[in-house]
Amino acid sequence: MSILGSLDLNDVFIVPFLKEPTLSTGIAAGAGGIVVLGALAVALLLTVKGWWKPLWSEWLTSLDHKKIGVMYVVLAAIMLIRGVLEAVVMRAQQVSPAPGFLSVEHHAELFSTHGTIMIFFVAMPFLTGVINVVMPLQIGARDMEFPFMNAVSLWLSVGGAALVMASLVVGHFETGGWTAYPPYTGIKLSPNEGVDYWIWSLALTSVGTTLSGINFAVTIYKQRAPGMDLMKMPIFAWTTLCTAILMIFAMMPLTVASFMLALDRHAGFHFFTASNGGNMMNFANMFWLFGHPEVYILILPAFGVFSHVIPTFSGKKLYGYTSLVWATIAIAVLSFTVWVHHFFTMGQTANLNAIFGIATMTIGVPTGVKVFNWLLTMWRGKLRFSTAMLFSAGFMFTFVIGGITGVMLANPTIDFATHNSLFLVAHFHNMLIPGLLFGMFAAVNYWFPLAFGFRLDETWGRRSFWFWMIGFYLAFMPLYAIGLMGAPRRMAFFTDPAYFPWLVVAMIGALCVLAGLTSQVIQIWVSVKNRESLMVPAGDPWDGRGLEWSLGCPVPEYDFTTVPHITSREPWVDAKAAGKRVMDPTEFVDIHLPKPTGMPILVAGVATVGAFALIFEMWLIAAVCFVAMWVLVLIRSYDTDWEETITAEELREGYEAHKRLVETTPKVSLDDEFTSKNRGLILEEAV
Amino acid sequence: MSATMTNTGAAGHSAPHDHGHHDKTSTVIFGFWIFLMSDLIAFSLMIANYADAEWHGIANGPSPHELFSLGLPTIETMALLISTFTFGLCTLGMKYGASMKRTVGWLVLTLALGAIFLGIELYEFHEFWTEGNTPQVSGFLTAYYSLVGLHGLHVTSGIIWGIILMVQMKHFGMNDLLKSRLVRLGLFWHMLDIVWIALFTKVYLMGVLS
Repeated sequence: MSILGSLDLNDVFIVPFLKEPTLSTGIAAGAGGIVVLGALAVALLLTVKGWWKPLWSEWLTSLDHKKIGVMYVVLAAIMLIRGVLEAVVMRAQQVSPAPGFLSVEHHAELFSTHGTIMIFFVAMPFLTGVINVVMPLQIGARDMEFPFMNAVSLWLSVGGAALVMASLVVGHFETGGWTAYPPYTGIKLSPNEGVDYWIWSLALTSVGTTLSGINFAVTIYKQRAPGMDLMKMPIFAWTTLCTAILMIFAMMPLTVASFMLALDRHAGFHFFTASNGGNMMNFANMFWLFGHPEVYILILPAFGVFSHVIPTFSGKKLYGYTSLVWATIAIAVLSFTVWVHHFFTMGQTANLNAIFGIATMTIGVPTGVKVFNWLLTMWRGKLRFSTAMLFSAGFMFTFVIGGITGVMLANPTIDFATHNSLFLVAHFHNMLIPGLLFGMFAAVNYWFPLAFGFRLDETWGRRSFWFWMIGFYLAFMPLYAIGLMGAPRRMAFFTDPAYFPWLVVAMIGALCVLAGLTSQVIQIWVSVKNRESLMVPAGDPWDGRGLEWSLGCPVPEYDFTTVPHITSREPWVDAKAAGKRVMDPTEFVDIHLPKPTGMPILVAGVATVGAFALIFEMWLIAAVCFVAMWVLVLIRSYDTDWEETITAEELREGYEAHKRLVETTPKVSLDDEFTSKNRGLILEEAV
Repeated sequence: MSATMTNTGAAGHSAPHDHGHHDKTSTVIFGFWIFLMSDLIAFSLMIANYADAEWHGIANGPSPHELFSLGLPTIETMALLISTFTFGLCTLGMKYGASMKRTVGWLVLTLALGAIFLGIELYEFHEFWTEGNTPQVSGFLTAYYSLVGLHGLHVTSGIIWGIILMVQMKHFGMNDLLKSRLVRLGLFWHMLDIVWIALFTKVYLMGVLS
């Protein structure tokens, strides 16, 4: 075998099309072409504009939690575009006359990459990014506890995403869905590199996520502002803590299961094979021991976002803080007790199914508590329907429907009839689109000024909401219906004419969602163009309630000039009620911030090359990369000069400047919140 | 153990002018504890997988009863248990300001015992392998090699880590950073010992008895 392993010319994206030009291979070649041309276009733009250097020195090497967070969100946005486009292609496939324009394998690749991308490279980086930007600001920390490790996590996730993108250009992705159950994904039935793409891209990102979880948990336990005991923490910090604990415990089963699958495939082991004493059920169990807590990793941060957006735009304190905290903890604990409901039909006893079915329904209780908390927060509030608030309201409305179908599926007797059908597909999209995406969209619209200093355009934001909301209903309600009529999931095409009208509606829905996504791209574009009129330099553009809004926008590199002493749950509301426009300074002292370093991107880059080598069985290159990665870590361990100092004097000047700015910014009423009069921190208290 | 940690924690005030509300050394060690919890999940899953495979995964291969004897594993176990004791002496030496020579001496002894443990394990693997009992034979053998091998990989990385720390001690002297690193290696090493007790019981003792 050559040093290039199993890689050959047929793996290059354009070759299958040249050999056998069909619409299916053409789409594959086109997708690969978009990746290649897109990368070239970005490189060209950076070169022409001379942006390589600032990009490297200010972003790629940065250890600042806010910049790392923004880069996570950018990663999620890029991957979201691919994920939605894949969905549209699949919908188009199912409304075209059978057998459609995609080959069966190509369709299978599409639903596999769609699921893998949406979970691991959209949802996970999105929430990790938002947590990175916001959580330290909410608890009075100056950075994550381990900034270097934070950057390594980011770049490992980017590496994983890069591999999934590479699968469009070189070789194939797998066809076994995002869960990649063996024995189908074993070497006998899936001999090409597809499953290895899945294994190694997930290996990179799951290690990154485990490290993120450790980082978040330690930051919250050890870095809170003085006086902020756990029951004074903002809810978003609480949901982050629970998410972090889930990450610490739940990512490992995925890592272990995927390594075992790799050993089965390439070393002839028998963990999950159908012969020689392998047991494929062990994969299902381990995958869902990860997979179910994962659902709550995805959803808890969004719950945290809503718990801040809704009080802010209702002008009221969050209703039932304590019950919300305990509901969050209850969900986190229960999430480890329900994994079997993902395979009720795979042969355990009825009693075991009953136990897991009941445990599953139990999760509905704390979730229901939360919905009532948000509703009662809105009750008799003075509601302002900003984009963030619209997404939150849309979430509540839609999520409850998904919750109800979830309780239906939790009943094993119903699950036997509906499992593996489009009913299930409709259910989990009904949870994750409002429960994750709407939450993250709300978060971006709400907290955007913290990172960039200006608000996002409201007009395009609201348009994007309505497209997403209507698009969601059109795309997924039909799937409930035909799911109940018996349509199985993951089918390349249907021949039953009864499904056709429903599939057409779903297709229109997918286009509507695409319009929503386009509106968001336009929203960003318009906002950047009009950023002067959207600037909110004084901070707090929404009459916010959390500590993060006591800072100017954008938040300075050091976050806080002085870390405040916390005496209540809403210190910023108290300060504003006392007529203050800045928090009282405590004591100005020298602080240390981590210096930028290219090491994280280098470590993760080498790991990614190594992973690519493993996919194509280039064992020598993989081994060299593995050693090189640890040598880089070793080199870093010799570097003890990793901090730079910001003096007390600079912080005092920063504080004075911010105070002057705030005092000279004119007051504007809440009615002008979304106009260019809003320069931050100016809103009179809601009546 | 906890006394040692508190002490190193207190010694970790590298920046007395920083009135930040926490202490970096103890925080790093706390983070490492959390990492170890995550690592323990990997071992628990491997043990659960083994517990399934030793009954249902024998196929045409040998059963645990036919494969294992207690002689070599017992010696292995003793080597590892003693190494945990010598690592304890190393950390105590560091805590009470023993000479660097003595601290390093205990560390060398610890790593040597770890190497003996590994040597016996590899010898045993080699024996099984040459009898034709490779991991490709059955689900049980797959689970056995993977579980014991994963632990062995951990011991190997612990040994390499220890050697690197000794080199770094030579360069930096026994400063707070290295003390913190040594404490973390200690936590790692003791965890491997605890995991091994579980493995020895589950794999060898119960395997021979089955």
